[in-house]
Amino acid sequence: MPISVFIVASVVKSVIVLLALLTAVAYTVWLERKVVGHIQNRWGPSRVGPFGLLQPLADGLKFIFKEDLIEPHVYKPLFIAAPMIALIFALTSISVIPFGNSITVDGYSIPLQVTDVNIGLLLILGVTSMGVYGVALAGWSSNNKYSLLGGLRASAQMVSYEIALGLSLIGVLIQSGSFSLRSIVDAQGGHFWGFIPRWNVFHGQIIAFFIYLMAAYAETNRIPFDLPEAEGELGAGYHTEYSSMKFAMFFMAEYANMITVGCLATLLFFGGWHGPLFGPAWMQAILPVLWFGAKVFCFLFLYIWVRGTLPRFRYDQLMSFGWKFLLPLAIANLIGTAIVAVTW
Amino acid sequence: MHLILFLIFAAVCVAGAVNLLAQRHPINSALSLIAVMAALAGEYLLLGAEFVAAVQVIVYAGAIMVLFVFVIMLLNAGVEEQTKGSRVAVLFGVPGVLTGAVLTAWVLLRHSGTEAVALGALPGHPIEIAHLLFHDFLLPFEVTSVLILIAIMGAVVLAGKPEAEERKAG
Amino acid sequence: MFGAYVPLSYYLLLSAILFACGVVGFLIKRNIITIFMSIELMLNGVNLSFVAFAAHWHALAGQVFVFFVMVVAAAETAVGLAIIIAVYRTRETLNVDQVNLLKL
Repeated sequence: MPISVFIVASVVKSVIVLLALLTAVAYTVWLERKVVGHIQNRWGPSRVGPFGLLQPLADGLKFIFKEDLIEPHVYKPLFIAAPMIALIFALTSISVIPFGNSITVDGYSIPLQVTDVNIGLLLILGVTSMGVYGVALAGWSSNNKYSLLGGLRASAQMVSYEIALGLSLIGVLIQSGSFSLRSIVDAQGGHFWGFIPRWNVFHGQIIAFFIYLMAAYAETNRIPFDLPEAEGELGAGYHTEYSSMKFAMFFMAEYANMITVGCLATLLFFGGWHGPLFGPAWMQAILPVLWFGAKVFCFLFLYIWVRGTLPRFRYDQLMSFGWKFLLPLAIANLIGTAIVAVTW
Repeated sequence: MHLILFLIFAAVCVAGAVNLLAQRHPINSALSLIAVMAALAGEYLLLGAEFVAAVQVIVYAGAIMVLFVFVIMLLNAGVEEQTKGSRVAVLFGVPGVLTGAVLTAWVLLRHSGTEAVALGALPGHPIEIAHLLFHDFLLPFEVTSVLILIAIMGAVVLAGKPEAEERKAG
Repeated sequence: MFGAYVPLSYYLLLSAILFACGVVGFLIKRNIITIFMSIELMLNGVNLSFVAFAAHWHALAGQVFVFFVMVVAAAETAVGLAIIIAVYRTRETLNVDQVNLLKL
């Protein structure tokens, strides 16, 4: 493909993915408020637009017009940089996520992915591990003991759970033999005995999936592992001192991370865009993307469901759960997968 | 194109390294070191070592430096104070190092000006690296695992509560 | 692919500059954490020349050495930071000039 077509396709894809991601972030917030509201026997947002559907817009306007406070006691350069770091790394990792097969436009085959790198999974892990700096630096630069505690908790928690997360992925890597997310998904096509899809979660990786799921809750600072921002004890933790758009950036980063984690779970364990295809040609082209979206939606719903159901862990419980339960389990799963892969 | 990318990353590296020296607060130094490491990952990509680049970001920038930032935050390290002990090092060490660096640069630029490293000359594909690591370098690999185990135990013993304190608490 | 290649000497020069910055930091810094970071900077400088030579000589072993350097660096960081915490606990200072006694 000529370089001009490549550049145009890349720019168009980047813009579409970015817009879709930001819209998804806004409506995940709406979904969360709505679903948690119904779980707790309330209505959730209902005033702005039908079913409160315009609530994200109103929230965004409110964030923009709020006063942007910078307290005199903060360490200013890092205080300003921290939310940007968090948001940039949260948005970067979506760029290697494939959300469908290739489509053919004007004779050129264009993969539905911003960029296909053959170390895609490692890149996502690297970018997520950099994301912790946003939270840690926000906590430190706020010069406030609750924020500092939040930042300390966040960095310790993310480093600890990253190990279990990484180990849980290695089983999948052994089965597909590649770091490229596209080939991992391609390896999951087809069915067992004609009807059970050949997804990794049905292919011996169900323990790995649960480890991944729990580690992912901790990595994204969500309930039941939202210790860094525990409202009850730390008064919102690392973002206590933040207001206006800076707070909104942290908020968006958290939800963008949630979406990335959901996409990754779909790609690694639930067969990505594979699903039943039917209908005319245009529908066959569009259905994989819909399947992918539906699976990611299920994960987001699960996140919200858990948030509405479970209480928060204590900090020592969190650490001993990560190190004494998840890590040995992940290692055992890795050894089991390796033995099966070698003997069969 | 390749050269321009190299120069951009190199500029970030050098700026970060100099900033590490210039900053008085450890957290600023840590952040400039992170910038150096990220830019080095870019250099590795230019050299075709994509797996090394990824590991550089995950291990160095994402784990080791998080540990540094964590300790700086935990100990609430403030701006460093300048004391007399550093005088001798500054007087003799720094000129020596600078002379050495200039000499090295001179020698390097004089003697290997024409040879070039091509982009993607050596595919650092994970599979080939794994093959090398688990066949030719198996013994060193296993030895490093013992090293890590010892380091973990050492860290736990050193950073854990002193025994007397623990007895008091228990 | 895009024409101009980068000479090997440029990579080595960058590596030497980083190493020299690390040595200078090791000598002039008084905060023990920053000194430690200077050591990491030196290790990074060496890693760059390993990778550059690996590409130059078409020997993948150079990249494997980088892994070993990283492993050793990680182990060293864990132990070193634990020592720093232990020192801080007894002396309440991070200045290396004030940690000059064998006994408190």
